[in-house]
Amino acid sequence: MTEPRPLRDLGDDPVWVRLRGIKKTFTVVPVLDDVDVCFRPGRITAVLGPNGAGKTTLLKMILGLVRPDEGTVTLGDVQVNGDAEYRRNIGYMPQLPRFPENLCGWELAAMLDDLRGFRSDPDESLLDAFQLRGEMGKPFRTLSGGNRQKLNAALALRYGAGVLILDEPTAGLDPVAARVLKERVRGERDRGCTVLLTSHDLGQLQALADDVVFLLDGVVRFEGEIAELLRATGQDDLEGAIAALILEGGPAGLAGGSGPAAGEGVA
Amino acid sequence: MNRTVKVVRYEVQNVLRSKALVAYGLFFFGTTLGLIRLGGGVERALPSLANVVLLAVPLVSLLITTVFLYDGRAFTELLLSHPVARPTLFGGLYLGLALPLSAMFVLGVGVPMALFGGFGEGAASALLVVGAGALLTAVFTALGFWVAFSVGEAARGLAAALILWLAFTLVYDGVVLIASHTLAAYPLERPMLAAMVLNPVDLARVMILMAVDASALLGYTGAVFQDFFGGGWGVLTAGASLVAWVAVPYALALRRFRRMDF
Repeated sequence: MTEPRPLRDLGDDPVWVRLRGIKKTFTVVPVLDDVDVCFRPGRITAVLGPNGAGKTTLLKMILGLVRPDEGTVTLGDVQVNGDAEYRRNIGYMPQLPRFPENLCGWELAAMLDDLRGFRSDPDESLLDAFQLRGEMGKPFRTLSGGNRQKLNAALALRYGAGVLILDEPTAGLDPVAARVLKERVRGERDRGCTVLLTSHDLGQLQALADDVVFLLDGVVRFEGEIAELLRATGQDDLEGAIAALILEGGPAGLAGGSGPAAGEGVA
Repeated sequence: MNRTVKVVRYEVQNVLRSKALVAYGLFFFGTTLGLIRLGGGVERALPSLANVVLLAVPLVSLLITTVFLYDGRAFTELLLSHPVARPTLFGGLYLGLALPLSAMFVLGVGVPMALFGGFGEGAASALLVVGAGALLTAVFTALGFWVAFSVGEAARGLAAALILWLAFTLVYDGVVLIASHTLAAYPLERPMLAAMVLNPVDLARVMILMAVDASALLGYTGAVFQDFFGGGWGVLTAGASLVAWVAVPYALALRRFRRMDF
């Protein structure tokens, strides 16, 4: 297997991420209930939903960090089943990174390179864009929240992966850095990357994301393009549309989650 | 290089940065040195040292392991988001903790012994104390993994580790003693043997004390055991049982780890 090159064009090798019939229950509460979604290459898909809707669980399932009770997750033609090799093609930005306190950025990067067996040139352009090189020699515990998040982003994008999973990527970033990161994420999409992200900043998402997957009480209430969501709900911004979905879906969700989704989007 | 070896290397580097581990080594260094000087020789210090080892090694191994695992959970999660398989990571984490812990113990106890000629004449007894301590480290590190991956919350996990330590070092002997008193009229040799194999601390104690020839300190289960197996066989059986005590908790913990959600 050849190593992925930074910002190479994925061209004929895009990776679809599909979840089929996913069910997951923590203790007794169903977190995801029969979820079928598909994330398309060359698109930025926002996974939305109120707190506790199952967003992070869904993202972690793609990484194999959470195991579904039922259903399958596939990346391209590889089914996630406990083998770790498929994760070579995933760049992951966890929410609130907690790296080992005593390691500095360079040590951390060298360690991940080593564990991945990554021998080509890693993509360090974000370090320059964030002006982070000066911070890379400092122990993680001394970094500010913003710099931790920049390091988190730089590590996720270091290996030119075909799938990006970004959990609250701009949380804690100053506007300049957030803008740099968003530009970069668009660049990744344009080269054919499959980008999944969550964020609480709906205004920002409206400008960044192409598609939306909306989760409520563990059920997918909407899947499709943002424009389509706005049309279906008769709203003119994402915030209004999501509010409409929650108001419309809330009682149904509480009553058992059998209410129809606001619009079944094309995938 | 093998990926497990890589994980071991990073975990060892991380663990060795901890002051607790250095303190653990220094504790055994000081204790061994003190006992040798007070007792007037390595041979005579061994029974007292054995008692310290049997209490301190399980406690420290359990606590350091659980604290490190709970502390490092986010990092474990990060590594699992890279192409590192769970059994590989598990093996690396285990060796990365068990090796430095045993090394600190072996150095702490072994260096003063070597300084006072403990490995000259009668080296077998001294080596056995060191070996039994290292095996106990491996056992209680594995038990620590099992606790840390079975109990979700750190505070409850630490409490469980302490209870486990109390059970193996104090409660167990008390229960055996009460049982032997109550059932004094019955032949208890075989149940006693079983009782001993079911407690790694007892096993290590027998292994050490049979070798240092202090049968009076063996206690009931040990006396039966010595009678049953005699010197060499007894040590071998105790050693083999201790290895099983590493393997079983390791396997249980790995099973938990493979099924865990992060």
